[in-house]
Amino acid sequence: MLTAAEWEIVLLSLQVGGAALLVTLPIAFALAWLLARTTFPGKILLDAAIHLPLVVPPVVTGWLLLLAFAPAGPLGRLLEQTFGISVLFRWTGAAIAAGIMALPLMVRAIRLSLEAVDRRLEGAARTLGASPARVFRTITLPLALPGVLAGTVLGFARALGEFGATITFVSNVPGQTQTLPLAIYSALQQPGGDAMVLRLSAISVALSLAALVASELLARRAGRGVHVL
Amino acid sequence: MSFEIRLRKRLGDRDIALDLAAGAGATILFGPSGAGKTSVLNMVAGLLRPDAGTIRVAGETLFDASAGIDLPPERRRAGYVFQDARLFPHLRVRDNLRYAFPGRPLDLARIAFLGIDQLLDRWPRALSGGEARRVAIGRALLSDPAFLLLDEPLSSLDAARREEISVAIEHLRDVARLPILMVTHDAGEARRLGMRIVPMDA
Repeated sequence: MLTAAEWEIVLLSLQVGGAALLVTLPIAFALAWLLARTTFPGKILLDAAIHLPLVVPPVVTGWLLLLAFAPAGPLGRLLEQTFGISVLFRWTGAAIAAGIMALPLMVRAIRLSLEAVDRRLEGAARTLGASPARVFRTITLPLALPGVLAGTVLGFARALGEFGATITFVSNVPGQTQTLPLAIYSALQQPGGDAMVLRLSAISVALSLAALVASELLARRAGRGVHVL
Repeated sequence: MSFEIRLRKRLGDRDIALDLAAGAGATILFGPSGAGKTSVLNMVAGLLRPDAGTIRVAGETLFDASAGIDLPPERRRAGYVFQDARLFPHLRVRDNLRYAFPGRPLDLARIAFLGIDQLLDRWPRALSGGEARRVAIGRALLSDPAFLLLDEPLSSLDAARREEISVAIEHLRDVARLPILMVTHDAGEARRLGMRIVPMDA
């Protein structure tokens, strides 16, 4: 049904989305923990900053990423000097853009699931002799896990759909940065590209729908106090 | 002395103050709700920090504000039975009981008097209130506690269950000989289980 070139686009999208998640998940978890469990001056500013990618025009996010990762930009120079690499026009850059755009959704979901964990259970575990690290591993994390997974799946769906920041930041390079939405955009510009647009759009909708259903099921499990593992 | 507690704590707009020196057996904190009885248990367990004072149990100093001693809860060896049981919802009864020592085989003989052998494979959400409380007592006992903290252990149970749990507490007091600090607002309960009764006013 899909041509070989179209399959490659799908696989590239999954690769970009997967890499974005891998990098973003630990960061999102740490930020969610800070917001859910600690108080510090400027917390509301951090909270707002994390949510920026949700409301700023994606093209602005992409432009800021471009400034940061350009050869003369702070992060671009660092990567160039330390590893001799650049993420511009590369799938890694697309993954960074997708990760940034997925971050707020993931932080929100993980934060909610951490806030929903009954702290009194953690206290009970401590009185039974468990260190804070063991409490985290055996109580907090398992209880928050459905919400964390729901947030991760949602973030993955968001990463797959990323368009504006990606095309601004790393352009639309077939085989490197041309993920599903960018390929659809390109096909729309081509005469006779309608069939391809239709097929790729169908794939996009199917992937998003599957992710949303999975996320919703996980979130419901969390709400019922039923646990995944 | 099993419990030597002198403490002060300001919580919101009320002051909790207690001065208590108790020998062996069961000591009852008795008073109306809002008197801060549960807060006292939390402070002895290390879940709440007093503003000032000392807490010594069975000769060991758990908290001493002026000496800067504040043992974390996991080192206090409190067997705390919460009023709401606080079983871990994602673990079966068996794993709740083994939580303190996951590597140890489950010592059912030690908690046989609780009658929970039939419940081991159940999830906490499938337990009745009385069952959950008995499992909570078993879980606390299997953590090798140096003393017990019981928060309203008989509340919201029917007469038959109250009798069961009362017998279990008497067993702990007289056979296991664990120092017990227990909270109640029920005078009959206090008279039956307590060797001494410490009134606390709101």
